[in-house]
Amino acid sequence: MTPDIPRSWVLALAPEISLVILLLAVFLFDRLVKPTERRRVGLLTAWGAFAILLLTVGIWLVGGEPSTQTGLADSLMWGGMIRSDGVSLVFKLMFLVALAASSLISLDVERLQRGEFFALLIAATLGFSLMAASADLIMLYVALETASISSYILAGFATEDRKSAEAGMKYFVYGAFATSVMLYGMSLIYGITTQTNLYLVGSMVMNASSIPAEANAVLLLAAVMIVAGFGFKISAVPFHFWTPDIYEGAPTPFVGFVSTASKAAGFAVFLRVFSAGIFGAPDSSSMWWAMLVAMAIITMTLGNFVAIFQKNIKRMLAYSSIAQAGYAMIGLVTMSPDGSGATMFYLLMYLFTNIALFGVVMLVGKETNSVEMDSFNGLSRRSPHLALVMLFALLSLSGIPPTAGFFGKFFIFKAAVDAGLWWLALVGILNAFVALYYYLNVVKCMYLYRSDEEDKPIPVSRAVKVGLAVLIFFVLYLGVFAGPAFEWTREAAGAFFALAG
Amino acid sequence: MEFPFLSIIALSPIVAAIIILMMPKERGENARMLALAAMILGLVLSIFVYIAYNQNLPAAGTAWADTLMFVEEHGWIPSIGINYILGVDGLSATLVLLTALVGLGGVLISWSIDDRPREFFAFFMLLVAGVHGVFMAVDGFVLFFFYELAVLPMYILIVIWGWKVSREYAAMKLTLYLLIGSFISFIAFLVLYFTPVDGGAALQTFDLRIWAEANFPFNVQVLWFLPLFMGFAILAGVFPFHNWSPDGHVAAPTAVSMIHAGVLMKLGAYASMRVGIQILPEGTVYWMPFVILLTTINVVYGSLVAMRQRDMKYLIGYSSVSHMGLVSMGFATLSLTGFTGAGIQMVSHGIMTALFFSVVGMIYDRAHSRSMDELSGMVKVLPWTAVAFILGGLVSMGMPGLSGFIAEFPIFLGVWQGGSLNLSGAAFGLNPANFYPIIAMVSVLAIVITAAYILRAVGTVFFGEYFAEKWHDMRPLLAIDKFTLVMFSVCLIVIGVVPSVIAPIVQAGMAPVVERIHDAQQAVTVLDTIQTAAANLFVWLGGA
Repeated sequence: MTPDIPRSWVLALAPEISLVILLLAVFLFDRLVKPTERRRVGLLTAWGAFAILLLTVGIWLVGGEPSTQTGLADSLMWGGMIRSDGVSLVFKLMFLVALAASSLISLDVERLQRGEFFALLIAATLGFSLMAASADLIMLYVALETASISSYILAGFATEDRKSAEAGMKYFVYGAFATSVMLYGMSLIYGITTQTNLYLVGSMVMNASSIPAEANAVLLLAAVMIVAGFGFKISAVPFHFWTPDIYEGAPTPFVGFVSTASKAAGFAVFLRVFSAGIFGAPDSSSMWWAMLVAMAIITMTLGNFVAIFQKNIKRMLAYSSIAQAGYAMIGLVTMSPDGSGATMFYLLMYLFTNIALFGVVMLVGKETNSVEMDSFNGLSRRSPHLALVMLFALLSLSGIPPTAGFFGKFFIFKAAVDAGLWWLALVGILNAFVALYYYLNVVKCMYLYRSDEEDKPIPVSRAVKVGLAVLIFFVLYLGVFAGPAFEWTREAAGAFFALAG
Repeated sequence: MEFPFLSIIALSPIVAAIIILMMPKERGENARMLALAAMILGLVLSIFVYIAYNQNLPAAGTAWADTLMFVEEHGWIPSIGINYILGVDGLSATLVLLTALVGLGGVLISWSIDDRPREFFAFFMLLVAGVHGVFMAVDGFVLFFFYELAVLPMYILIVIWGWKVSREYAAMKLTLYLLIGSFISFIAFLVLYFTPVDGGAALQTFDLRIWAEANFPFNVQVLWFLPLFMGFAILAGVFPFHNWSPDGHVAAPTAVSMIHAGVLMKLGAYASMRVGIQILPEGTVYWMPFVILLTTINVVYGSLVAMRQRDMKYLIGYSSVSHMGLVSMGFATLSLTGFTGAGIQMVSHGIMTALFFSVVGMIYDRAHSRSMDELSGMVKVLPWTAVAFILGGLVSMGMPGLSGFIAEFPIFLGVWQGGSLNLSGAAFGLNPANFYPIIAMVSVLAIVITAAYILRAVGTVFFGEYFAEKWHDMRPLLAIDKFTLVMFSVCLIVIGVVPSVIAPIVQAGMAPVVERIHDAQQAVTVLDTIQTAAANLFVWLGGA
């Protein structure tokens, strides 16, 4: 008997399958390439990621998969393990962009020029895109672990650097703890419903008669535990403690990757799980809703206020990324297609912005052997174009036009006001100004302060130049023509609420 | 399709900025020329727009949407009601011209900047583009977008090319004040966007033409008027949020001070009028008797503080606070006379401060001091600056025959007439009938104080003994400097002598707004809802 696998099932997994092939190719290529030309491994990864990106877009545009018209039942594939919908497409593309961009900016860091580094990046990407697509608790857990374990190794990849080793260890200990708590929460869900498929669980829980009322407390407990796991991924307070240390210690290009792709994947499952209603209907009547709102407020406030006092730019960006997670959570707690679409757009713009930012940090750090704030002094005289990239990236993070960040914040706040949460939008906006203060301080270092090395431009290889130029182009492009991209994410986000109707 | 005049005026500086930033490092000279070319293009086109509008003034009573000319409309994010709509009414045509004029002056005055001229002119161009865009925007979102675009270059311009002593502090203060204000206004925008109107659905658009016709529920108007109005009015230097402004003026390089005081503060007044007053007329009627108290403090307190200053830039900075207070006061009169005065005051003050700052900049470049304790006898070496400064001073104290008089007289007149407004239900029970005449009398005092500090400054700085040995760098003015001074002076005199070049067009711009306030007044008086306003408010807050 030949198994009858529909075409759409295969197409849905084609990007992941190609990622596995790329992973093997990278390993093989790493053995073949001459020791003097090791940077080609990175180039192969970048080109490969780009090719898979084209493939995914091709399947979407030409093959028509996934389509937003598909009903819930048809979009669940492989025995309900994954769901192929607009959401998984958006996130898949985001991860591939992150992979390509991060491998471009890692090319020239000598100690990262090894097959293992890029192979692990690919493995993490594979995990992320399966996370975003998973519609089943088991699949979700396996995908999350695939991504996490690769990330732990990547964080400690620079073995000769004690800080990197420390980062890897810390990341592992925190991560293992958080995921195990999450797993316990998942087992509670299974205990109540005897189902692992998110949408089956969701329809059971939201259908009041099928669950005894006493189970609600257990559901809330499960929600808290699962939030611990997801909160760790998106570095929301109080699960953020790993962030500054890992950002400071881990290799910079990897930090760019983990701060964007990993966060996006965390939000993908966060949105997927909560909007499927496995803890009760996704609206403000549920008990976990107040918890998420509180988390959003505390996350952005704490992140921003602590960031003010940081002298090390990587630590500052770590706290800034905590704060950014807080803004993105505003979109999440609105629990509407608009809000979720806004969050997805926010993550998209954050991806372009932050990888560009860490690209510049990597270049400056490599040249000056320091990532303290004052290593950026005089950057605008030293390398005006790098300073300009950094300037636009910082503006985008603080939400000033004409950058993508402006629209990111706009869509989020708009969704919040639409849901009647104007006070939450107000908190977000006031926070954005605290953030503006420390972002402008970096601008001040680059443009105002002098340094002794002003006449030595920072060397930038062509690959990195291309990478940064493309990233910053998208930051500015989305800062003016945000409409189509937002339409796209918003339409995709409709899939989240397939059950809630 | 018509020729896109407005887009070219607003976007050509951005194009210039991009080209300038891409130039290689060594080509500072070309950056200057390109900036100048962009400014001249903008000026020529905006003169054309102004004249064309002036020849086709809409009749009184025309709805605001129909008074707009040169309208351009393109979808931006149409699905959520955001469209790129530009257009000018009488007031904005005037202010666009003002911006082009001051922008040109700014480029001329910074001709000799030698620290990273590429970046300077690029950010300066962005600033000008932002300001133009705000004045032309007919869509709330576009307005906001350009507003933000205008604020950020200010930070960079001040922090890099500003006065070394205070630039870091002042630039940060200015940026945070302005952005916080505007974002709070923006929350109000979003609330209005989602507020159901007339018992129907929410408008879900940012089109100001639709908003200008809409009647938002009374309690929403009352609750959101102050955030909306004050958020933008911060940029106009309204008390108690004025104190970023003198610091900003002092720290900024000359060209930026000119744009800042000359145009950017008008941006605040314009935006708060366009979105605050025009969209929420009932909120305006409710709150304005309270706002006029703040503006009185602005006017009188600003001039008193100016009197204490020994630094020329602080002097002008505080006098700006005082004069911009008059603009908001004009709005608070709720009458066409006052509004027209306010509109002319924006222009007059814009040119006047630009003139003042260019004079101070020229003196500072040569004497390296702005202190009134050190400078004296400047008329002997820099007679042109002396004449210009005295002319500006006369404008600022409202001398008949100059633009200041044309502007300030209607404002005071309007405030005095406000005594006939009987709005018993306004905020805190402040009925204009009881106190507007007193306000008029108190604020006229500011003119006297202005005369005192201006004449004193003129006396100490320009006259008195000249100590040649004290100054080492007293080179004569360049031809472009003289040209800038003459350009501004001529404008001030022309407006003063022939007010008909500006008064009708500004009045035409203001008329629809005032019309709307009048309707609101009648509605409020007839329905007598205002008495229950406070009760409504608490119900709404508690019951929401």
